[in-house]
Amino acid sequence: MKLGFSPEEEVFRAEAAAWLKAELEGAFADVRGLTSLTEMPERRRDWERRLGDAGWSCVGWPRAYGGRDATLAQQVIFAEEYARAGAPPRLNHIGIELAGPTILAFGSEEQKARFLPAIARGEEIWCQGYSEPGAGSDLANVRTRAWREGGDWVIEGQKVWTSLAQFSDWIFVIARTEEGSKGPKGLSFLLVPVDQSGVTVRPIHQITGEAEFNETFFDDARTAAESILGEPGDGWKVAMGLLGFERGVSTLAQQMGFRNELDAVIAAARANGEAKNPLIRQRIAKAEIGLKLMRYGALRMLTDAEGGRLNPSALTYKIQWATWRRDLGELAMDVLGQAGETVAGHEYAFPALPNLFLYSRADTIYGGTNEIQRNIIAERALGLPREPRGDLK
Amino acid sequence: MHFAFTDEQAMIAETAKTFFAENATSERTRAAMADTGIDKALWQAFTSELGLAGVAIPEALGGVGLGMVELAIFAEEAGRHTAALPLLASLGLAAPAILAGGTDEQKARFLPRIASGELMASFAAVNMGGTPGATLSDGTLTGAALLVPHGASTDLFVVAADNGVAIVERGALGLGITPLTSMDQTRPYARLDFGGVAVETLADPRAAVHAALTTGWLAIAADALGGAQACLDRTVAYTQERIQFGRSIGSFQAVKHRLADMMVAIEQARSAVYWAACAIDERSDEAAFAVHAAKAFACDTYTHCAGEMIQLHGGIGFTWEHDAHLYFKRARSNASLLGTPDWHREQVAGLAGLDDAA
Repeated sequence: MKLGFSPEEEVFRAEAAAWLKAELEGAFADVRGLTSLTEMPERRRDWERRLGDAGWSCVGWPRAYGGRDATLAQQVIFAEEYARAGAPPRLNHIGIELAGPTILAFGSEEQKARFLPAIARGEEIWCQGYSEPGAGSDLANVRTRAWREGGDWVIEGQKVWTSLAQFSDWIFVIARTEEGSKGPKGLSFLLVPVDQSGVTVRPIHQITGEAEFNETFFDDARTAAESILGEPGDGWKVAMGLLGFERGVSTLAQQMGFRNELDAVIAAARANGEAKNPLIRQRIAKAEIGLKLMRYGALRMLTDAEGGRLNPSALTYKIQWATWRRDLGELAMDVLGQAGETVAGHEYAFPALPNLFLYSRADTIYGGTNEIQRNIIAERALGLPREPRGDLK
Repeated sequence: MHFAFTDEQAMIAETAKTFFAENATSERTRAAMADTGIDKALWQAFTSELGLAGVAIPEALGGVGLGMVELAIFAEEAGRHTAALPLLASLGLAAPAILAGGTDEQKARFLPRIASGELMASFAAVNMGGTPGATLSDGTLTGAALLVPHGASTDLFVVAADNGVAIVERGALGLGITPLTSMDQTRPYARLDFGGVAVETLADPRAAVHAALTTGWLAIAADALGGAQACLDRTVAYTQERIQFGRSIGSFQAVKHRLADMMVAIEQARSAVYWAACAIDERSDEAAFAVHAAKAFACDTYTHCAGEMIQLHGGIGFTWEHDAHLYFKRARSNASLLGTPDWHREQVAGLAGLDDAA
């Protein structure tokens, strides 16, 4: 067991830090320190392209597909330096963290060559078409249909909670391609261009007042016959493989965002004297400890993954961070007091901490609710009996 | 960066797992509980036969010359079986105090005998939750230490007095030892009274206390981790066997979710314990933060899991016959010993910069 980095790795760190500093104090000073995903989308696209040009976009990917062949330790270092430099959240995080790794794992050579470099160069932004109005926790209950017509797949149906679809070029969609099939059977994993008349993106107005998520409608939407990952009917397998990637090195970058949020809570507590309140001190200490344990939990998972082992603790990560962040939102409001409940001006748009209090209510729902996570942990990690299925339609 | 056991550490873990599973049985622990709180044959086997007790003591002083990760491995496995051993007292507290604060002569005189099991030692932190305290004056120690783990059985005491650290041997003139009936019978306390006992002192008392507390906190946290994991494993097994309403109670979501929450906490406790162990070994700037975090988090996790173990076992979990109370009581003792979780979190709050100017 070793937590420190080698001198060679520290050289890599210095190189990454120097590049990030130069860019974020130079041409990209305007995006430095941004925290929301939806601010300045055009500049965020420019930033994605700049990272891609310099080979810093998808550092863990093979060079052949636009990556840097970085080792695990180097990926960890880059995630740390990225956050330390105040670089903004990645507009294309779904492409980088979900679509890319899935294509890398399940795609043909042609698909890899077609899609991966475009993600790495920041040219194509991706979003995820999983949930539907009738398929939330019970994701396998998707009703969006697709069928072959000539050289195309035709897609009909509706997806929901498609985060960032308004900025995206591509969406990956789980659709039912075998008529009359039920549950996880008969599904396919399709790659669909967003910019076409058959795809309509309608924003969902959230409790925060923002609209990061969308409903996405498919009405005679089309994609090429070869834009399928795996064989027809393999969709569930591919989708479940993708869930594994949601716990990769990107978790460390996500944690850097959490670090900034906790620092903001601490700064607010120091400014208004709540930092002296012993109860608040206990909760801040709990948050500090929780954040460190996310980091070291991620390093355990990643070390095992690099050695080809799945650490069962990976199954606990989602509920861990989501609950941590929800607690932080509540702590933030308790620190701010009533002052946090109003905002200047007429627009319903709250600053970062009150917004966190509202937004974090989504964290314990999307990507598998806390309750679904507990089922997964109990069934897959602890070997307890599976939940019985009901038969209501 | 490699946050997993090395091959050698995995081998040590396997050895420790097998050793404690085979030897630290419920029957033997209960026999020790009814007696002195130490399974002397087990301690003998662990120290001399297995020869791994001095895992964190240098080879030149009769130890194995490894570090905190390896010590944590042993503490975790002992905790998994609520082994009735002075592992914390002798190896987690007294030995590191002497190693860090003793003269070369003192180290050479005591440490090889502690490593070999010939001497069982304990540590008295008179100023942590202990009044009235003890004072050194002209080579004599006067006062008392109220709660010394395994104090009625150990041969040697390292006493962190108000103005220095003393070594007191059992049988010293003026030393009174009063065994205390203790809730956790696997680690019973004793009261020590010092009536002007002639003592020797450690050369560097600050280093001694710092090392003892740091190592002790880690060892308690690792014990808590192993205990919590045992609570989960045994409760998962029981809920799959126990049938009510025509189904195993482990198939009810109300039960599954509570077991899942135990695992979520335990995996974090595992990260905390081995992070702290590495941070101490690597002399990281984070070491103090890490060890306070580990002590607070692992002890809270153990308390939670041991409570759930009783609840999810139902009535049988409330009987003396079932082992659940061994875990529940050791969890309580771990939480109180050398600073409660709240106290450790308050240290974290200070380290996190809450007292810096706004």
